[in-house]
Amino acid sequence: MEQYLIYNSLNYPILTVLVAVPLFGSLITLFIRGDKYLKIWGLVVTLTTAVLSLPLYSNFDLTTAKYQFAEFRNWIPFAKINYVLGVDGISILLVLLTTLVMPLCILCSWTYIKERFKEFICVMLIMEAAMVGVFVSLDTVLFFIFWEAMLVPMYLIIAVWGGPRKDYASIKFFLYTLIGSIFLFVAIIAMYVTTGTFFIPELMAHQFSFSYQMWIFWAFTLAFAIKVPMWPVHTWLPAAHVEAPTAGSVILASILLKMGGYGFLRFCLPIAPAATIYCMPYLIAISIMSIIFGGYLALGQNDVKRLIAYSSVGHMGFVTLGIFLLNDVGIKGAILQMVNHGVTTGALFICVGIIYERTHSREISDNSALGMLMPIYVTFLVIFSLSSLAFPGTNSFVGEFLVLMASFSKYKLVGGLAVIGAILAAAYMLRLVQKMVWADSDGHMHHGEKSHLFDLNFRETGTLAFLAIFVFWIGLNPGPFLKIMDTSTLHLLQQLEDGRKAMPAGHGEYHALLNGVGESIRHLVAFK
Amino acid sequence: MDTIITSKIVLTPLIPFVSALLILASKNKPNLRESWSVFGAVLTFLSVVYFLPHLLAGGSYQYTMFTIYPGVSVKFHLDGLGILFAGTSSFLWIMAGLYCVGYMRGLDEHAQTRFYFCYAVAVGGAMGAAFSGNLFTLYLFYEIVSIFTYPLVAHHQDQEGYFGGRKYIVYLMFASKAFLLPAMVLVYVQCGTLDFAIGNIATGIFPHNAAPLLVKITYLLCIFGFAKAALMPIHGWLPAAMVAPTPVSALLHAVVVVKVGVFSIARVMLSVFGVNLLNKLGLGIFTAYLASFTIILASVVALTQNNLKMRLAYSTVSQLSYIILGVAMLTPNSITGGIIHITNHAFAKITLFFCAGAIFVATHKKNVSELGGIGWKMPFTMIAFGLASLSMIGVPPVSGFVTKWFLALGTLDIHNMILLTVILVSSLLNAGYFVPVVYTSFFGKPNPGDNTSPGFLEGSPLIMFMVIPLFFTAVASVLFGIYPDLFLKIINLMVVR
Repeated sequence: MEQYLIYNSLNYPILTVLVAVPLFGSLITLFIRGDKYLKIWGLVVTLTTAVLSLPLYSNFDLTTAKYQFAEFRNWIPFAKINYVLGVDGISILLVLLTTLVMPLCILCSWTYIKERFKEFICVMLIMEAAMVGVFVSLDTVLFFIFWEAMLVPMYLIIAVWGGPRKDYASIKFFLYTLIGSIFLFVAIIAMYVTTGTFFIPELMAHQFSFSYQMWIFWAFTLAFAIKVPMWPVHTWLPAAHVEAPTAGSVILASILLKMGGYGFLRFCLPIAPAATIYCMPYLIAISIMSIIFGGYLALGQNDVKRLIAYSSVGHMGFVTLGIFLLNDVGIKGAILQMVNHGVTTGALFICVGIIYERTHSREISDNSALGMLMPIYVTFLVIFSLSSLAFPGTNSFVGEFLVLMASFSKYKLVGGLAVIGAILAAAYMLRLVQKMVWADSDGHMHHGEKSHLFDLNFRETGTLAFLAIFVFWIGLNPGPFLKIMDTSTLHLLQQLEDGRKAMPAGHGEYHALLNGVGESIRHLVAFK
Repeated sequence: MDTIITSKIVLTPLIPFVSALLILASKNKPNLRESWSVFGAVLTFLSVVYFLPHLLAGGSYQYTMFTIYPGVSVKFHLDGLGILFAGTSSFLWIMAGLYCVGYMRGLDEHAQTRFYFCYAVAVGGAMGAAFSGNLFTLYLFYEIVSIFTYPLVAHHQDQEGYFGGRKYIVYLMFASKAFLLPAMVLVYVQCGTLDFAIGNIATGIFPHNAAPLLVKITYLLCIFGFAKAALMPIHGWLPAAMVAPTPVSALLHAVVVVKVGVFSIARVMLSVFGVNLLNKLGLGIFTAYLASFTIILASVVALTQNNLKMRLAYSTVSQLSYIILGVAMLTPNSITGGIIHITNHAFAKITLFFCAGAIFVATHKKNVSELGGIGWKMPFTMIAFGLASLSMIGVPPVSGFVTKWFLALGTLDIHNMILLTVILVSSLLNAGYFVPVVYTSFFGKPNPGDNTSPGFLEGSPLIMFMVIPLFFTAVASVLFGIYPDLFLKIINLMVVR
């Protein structure tokens, strides 16, 4: 075990605490009465978790690719299922993203949720525990338990507190994700049968045969592609986003979608390296399709939430593109882009929620010409929209730039196609901002009109300001964030390289063929 | 002399942004708000002047603020080209700041706080671009200018304003996302850095073994990515942007915005690609022909325009290409001519726009054909217009002559008679569309039914706010023609003869 893990040396078992505090907190909610106290309790628990998670950042060892803050307990010895937790450079940012976004989710539900407050807080806290669990578990069974544990609370959030078509949306979400997780489960069992272990680092070290790798690769890929979501299995996302309450949309966009990208990095690449290299062109092609289709569909939306949902498909396309370019810059760009998307799109959904509370409509036409009435709101909206279209100096620019850099240095054609996504992003975000801020108003305040459109209060300003800090922090000084990933990314690429060497002779032919094709493409696009 | 590493040079781009915030904070006190605008302009100009002596002694300033990725950073670097552009823009901002007061109050415009705020931020963006030390910083400030000028273009918030604003932002954002972004990535992929080659316009930053075709594609993406330079065929946004209030057209569409475009192109040609590489691949002469095409065609279109501001807009499209033409010929003389035209054109064109605005505020006339006899009612305005026109045509001793002189020398250096012909023909065309305006205003007859009040129109205090700056810039134009030494000295810092 020591070759993979660095045991936790803090004075409290930090990762267990991050799972246990929200879980325990959710139990306590059952004994609290009164919406006001429930809200405060929810905020206290999520804030406590956030504060307790900060030592992860300050005590993280940048020099090693081992799993840190690790904990190990025997759990079900006869089946070799263990309780193993740990984080590395790939997962730590996502854990921190989760713990920091959750208090904001409670804050943005403060007045949005009107009924069943007790259940809402309870479900949100369970959700947090499960999400942190997914990012920190190093045992496939434990991972799967957390993975499935997210499903029911998320289903409830959409189905109970959702909009008019909540039944349709929640069941669609449930079914899509469930289909994905069945394949995930099969792959986990199959790997156990072959290797006799559920421990992820050992599975990474094991050499599976090429055809076996292909099978588990596609099983994993299906599960994670649905979660990301990649075209053409993205159709659950707009439905779920549109119907979910604000907090649900924020969780979906900021954290749940990241599980797909995380899954690719944690399972597909290191466990099935040869298959990953073999399938790389196909996944790059699907990513490009996601980028272009997501952007194109976002351009035609009149529902603000639906527009942002489709933009998520496009942005996550950049994430998967970065991952499957299989080079250092691409993977770092992809992880950073995941964090950026969590910050920016989460903030945009909070913005939509704020305006929905005032107008009770998500249509652009009902929420237009706010510039004169809500100047603070509009300022934030413009900041996050610019961030979403990758304006230089904001967080998304860095992620997008790194991914584009990776694509242009590897395949110029892919880079050129990805640029179309960047153009579309500018088009749909600027259209949205123009309509929401000005539409065709004449620039004069008409007294008494739209008096329900009061500007942001202190709570709302604080929520958005917190995220705006990250927009500029990551945008101007991403160094610390990229440094965290450095060692783990290199290690991941090393695992891929080893996997390529270990490709069996029989399948070398495939690879030679692929190399031949790749070489000719390179000649075509390298302009030599 | 040495390069001084100091965070002081961040100050110049910062002052306009700070004044923008102060403008926002004093939105209920118009007098205070407008004094912040002028005060910020004066401070910005003084800060530029502060850096001049060290630069003239052959040194430069540099400061890296944030590092995004190795080779990609927010980095400021001040050299001759940058200080010429920054000095011109900040000085004219003072004039425009005064002029704005007269114009905006004279017409009782709405949302003046937003107007002054965006105005200041746009100038700040231009200062940042002038001071940028690498392609990323240039791109960052270039985009800030794009976004914050949109509310200025669509300021009137009527159908025409929205249409013009949309055309404006679509052209600029499309070009920057579709061409500039990949160009920047391609530069990084080939060179491993986005930093400009400092103090040397010959070598650029490309490695010797760069693939020629890829370099050519990168170059084309750069040239068309900076759509603010209004090189045909992506010039369409500039006439559309003329729906903006005239001070916007004057400062932004004659000085700040379009000059950011040509400045960026000049910067990329000289400090990223370098003279040697451009010569080797024949890209310089290609660009020169592209610019010539724009010069001639835009001048011809300008002849047909009756609306005064539209005529000035097409004239701007044409004049901007002189700058690109000069840089593209890649000889010391021609580069001098091109770069000095940044200042010469700025002073002359801002005068012309100021005049158009003053005429509009005083008489509500927009078209050339309505100007009959106005010269006698607004003599100072029309004399200034005449002087600026002479500069545009290139008549000595007004400053435009200096430009044409060096450009013509440049064509002789490379023995290219076609480009020389272009310069001469275009001068005739310039005369063709400017002289009639001045002639009509003094010797034309007022249209029947013209109800402009007779007598002197420049007496009221608000009109004085406009006439004084415009007369001042016109006189400055003449002075720069007689005594261009300072600018030549600054340019010589970059161009080794």
